[in-house]
Amino acid sequence: MLDHLSYSEPKAKVISGAREDWELVIGMEVHAQVASKSKLFSGASTKFGSEPNSNVAFVDAAMPGMLPVINEFCVEQAVRTGLGLKAEINLFSAFDRKNYFYPDLPQGYQISQLYHPIVGEGEVIVDMGPGVARRVRIERIHLEQDAGKSIHDMDPHMSFVDLNRTGVALMEIVSRPDIRGPEEAAAYVTKLRQILRYLGTCDGNMQNGNLRADVNVSICRPGDYEKYRETGDFGHLGTRCEIKNMNSMRFIQQAIDYEARRQIALVEDGKQVVQETRLYDPDKGETRSMRSKEEAHDYRYFPDPDLLPLEIEQDWVDGIAATLPELPDQKKARFVTEFGLTEYDADVLTAEAESAAFFEEVAQGRDGKMAANWVINELFGRLKKEDHAITESPVSAAQLGGIVDLIAKGDISGKIAKDLFEIVYTEGGDPAKIVEDRGMKQVTDTGAIEAAVDEVIAANPAQVEKAKANPKLAGWFVGQVMKATGGKANPKAVNEIVSAKLGL
Amino acid sequence: MSIDTETARRVAKLARIKVEDADLPALASEFNAMLGFIEQLNEVDVEGVEPMTSVTPMRLKRREDGVTDGGMQDKVLSNAPDAREGFFAVPKVVE
Repeated sequence: MLDHLSYSEPKAKVISGAREDWELVIGMEVHAQVASKSKLFSGASTKFGSEPNSNVAFVDAAMPGMLPVINEFCVEQAVRTGLGLKAEINLFSAFDRKNYFYPDLPQGYQISQLYHPIVGEGEVIVDMGPGVARRVRIERIHLEQDAGKSIHDMDPHMSFVDLNRTGVALMEIVSRPDIRGPEEAAAYVTKLRQILRYLGTCDGNMQNGNLRADVNVSICRPGDYEKYRETGDFGHLGTRCEIKNMNSMRFIQQAIDYEARRQIALVEDGKQVVQETRLYDPDKGETRSMRSKEEAHDYRYFPDPDLLPLEIEQDWVDGIAATLPELPDQKKARFVTEFGLTEYDADVLTAEAESAAFFEEVAQGRDGKMAANWVINELFGRLKKEDHAITESPVSAAQLGGIVDLIAKGDISGKIAKDLFEIVYTEGGDPAKIVEDRGMKQVTDTGAIEAAVDEVIAANPAQVEKAKANPKLAGWFVGQVMKATGGKANPKAVNEIVSAKLGL
Repeated sequence: MSIDTETARRVAKLARIKVEDADLPALASEFNAMLGFIEQLNEVDVEGVEPMTSVTPMRLKRREDGVTDGGMQDKVLSNAPDAREGFFAVPKVVE
């Protein structure tokens, strides 16, 4: 089993300032909501879009005397995610309190894991095109509580607070500063999302805020990043700013680009970049300082006295490892080696686990490239047009496989196959039976084709003279014959017979 | 480590506890007394001793993933000084 196709690393993005060239250095903290039914420390539901404050237990509302009890499923998902990122799993981890006051967090602290996270170092291979990828090191993953939601536009003087999300389990996935450009940052989130969805540990729904990213951006002169990698000394890198809470790939790229240029302008002007938390404003296309965060930055972490350390057993971890699915990198490598697909096609087919499974069913016992071609170009194209997911496809893998079989046997031409696909897509039915019932079978019987060619030649003596003078006009006869046979004649046979009959 | 009145003021602010200026020196000196005690503890050599996290040999209690709580908006909001349309209503906090 191949873990990943071979690749080389891309060059870092260079931005030219007024005076010199600069490179970007980016690290990310991705918050992924665990796909659990209930919260991390309470039995309240995690269902999105419920009545405000209806998914709230007294633990979440921080009523006096309430104690947190951990959801074992959430622990399992964090371990599963760690294994999926080839990370070390810490059998001993512990929870700490991160203290701050905000209306959407009634406890006055977030339960998180600062000192002993459940998952340690791992990696994500970020694909940047065939044969090109960036290996991004993962520093840690820890479990923590989400905060509630404040709504500021329902009243001119008041903010409205909904605690439904308060206490929902998050996995914070922290990368090393190994991402070297805005496109890579978006590709990193895309890849992480894909892996999480394969693992089933997070649904990756960015619109609902189930996957959000904080981005740390700094700039450096070419060559400085390599010095940092050699020595591990952050002193070689510039001062970073953190852009908080982004849930769109497009905004992530725009924010990084803006922030890098802002920092370059500062440094080239002889000023200093101040380490701070910033917010991206998509309407204005700029980042601005969140000054209120600075004051609160003193989180006074300490171990949560309500929770004993989380100790798990190696056997349990091994049990989870045994149920891991084939992950995107392995699947892609296998599609390339086993079915002879291009890396590009394999990439498209493995983007979602469901698409990959569909393709495999079509390709089973058939020509892999042909199956890929039909799944990607015809089926995906058609589904996309109607904004349907692969799981909503009206054409099953067996039906599409049936169409591919008919082409392979020479029963139908590629062109008729497209018509057939359309019929199966809109009306359903068994492809072989449709071809039989509607007389769509390709005519390979040379006698029948010869008769049709003779007829066209007899009816068009003038054209025959022209074609004899200019052989390129033979195509006109082929077209006429195809028309006369309703497109069912084997085009290759028609070509040969027309040429022979015209004496070309 | 010594706590001055400025640090005491900052700690009070972070904890959202109102302390009058006149009371800050006394608060700072109490902090110093506590930290002094801790410093005394620091003199004990604990090299190689595993930190004790519990006085009883217990494993962290776990629960299964199921919805067993919630669905009581009225109770959750009943102690709120102000609640409207199912939300807690608080003075405007905008970033």
